[in-house]
Amino acid sequence: MIKHMVCSGLAILGMASAMAGAADSPASLMAQYAQQAGVPVSALAAPRGAALYRTEHAGRNGQAVSCAGCHTANPTQVGRTRVGKRIEPLAPAANPQRFTDAAKVEKWFRRNCQDVLQRECSAQEKGDFIAWLSQVK
Amino acid sequence: MNYLLRGIGVVAAVGAVSVLAFSLPSGDARGDGGGHALPKLTHKNWQQECASCHIAYAPAFLPKASWRRLMGGLDQHFGENASLDPATQADILRFLEANAADSGNSRMGGRVMQGVNLNEAPLRITETRWFVRKHDEVSRATWSRKSIGSAANCAACHRQAEQGVFDEDTVRIPK
Repeated sequence: MIKHMVCSGLAILGMASAMAGAADSPASLMAQYAQQAGVPVSALAAPRGAALYRTEHAGRNGQAVSCAGCHTANPTQVGRTRVGKRIEPLAPAANPQRFTDAAKVEKWFRRNCQDVLQRECSAQEKGDFIAWLSQVK
Repeated sequence: MNYLLRGIGVVAAVGAVSVLAFSLPSGDARGDGGGHALPKLTHKNWQQECASCHIAYAPAFLPKASWRRLMGGLDQHFGENASLDPATQADILRFLEANAADSGNSRMGGRVMQGVNLNEAPLRITETRWFVRKHDEVSRATWSRKSIGSAANCAACHRQAEQGVFDEDTVRIPK
C-alpha cells in the first residue's frame, strides 16, 4: 500500500516535471541514465564520456565521423552543422541550457548516436557522456 | 517666421513621404512583398525543429509532393538522422503542405512550380529548375568555398534568408 502510494506519487512528480518542460538538469539526467543502466551514479565515468565524444567511427558513407566533428574538439566552443549553421556549445559551463530538457536530450542522442555509431547509445554511454560534459570547464 | 518656415518644411516632408509610400509597389494581396520576399510565416515546430541544423527552408520552395517524400524519410535526411516524434512530424508536414509551392499562397511558389515535374517530386530545393536558373552564374568553385560549404547554406550569401528575404541587393558572396 505504502509502496503503491510512493509509486503514484513519483508518477505524478514525473508528469509534473514533464509538463514543466525544462525541469531537468545534468545531475537529474545522470541519475536517470544510471538507474536505467542499473548502476549507481558513481559508476558513470567522465573519461569514458570523453572517449565517446572524441572517437572517430566510419560513418554511413565511409567518412570518419565523431561528435567532435561538428561540436569541435572543445565542447565549450561553438560548433557548425554540415550545412554551416551555428551549434551552441554543448558543455553546460558555456551553455547552461544544455541538459535541461529530457525530451530534447533523448532526441539528439537518438539521432546523433545513429549518425556517429550507426546504433543507439546505451543508458550507460549517455550517463558517461553527460558526466564528462558537466565537468568540462 | 523661423517657426513658420519650419512648419512648412515639416508639412512638405510628411506630404512627400506619404506620396512616396502610396506610389511604391505594395506587393500583392498574398502579402509576400510581391518580389523576392516570402510570406512571413510563423510555426513553432517548423522554426524550432527544421532550423536547428539549417535555416527553416520556406515551404514555398518545394511542392507538396516533395514535402511528403521528405518528411516521410527523416531518419535518412541527406545522410543524417533527423527523425522526430510522430506528432511533431505530422504537425510540420501539415504546415509545409498548406504553404507549399503549389498551394497558391505565394508568388515565389508559382515561380518554383514552373518546370517542376510532379511525377518526380524533387527532394532538394537545389534540384528545381527555378533554383538552377537563378544561380546559373555561381561557379562550382564558389559553391565549395569554405565560407559557403554547399548550396544548402542559403544564409552564406543571402544575408537575410532567415527573415525570408532573397532580393539580389541583399546578396553578398563571401570570399
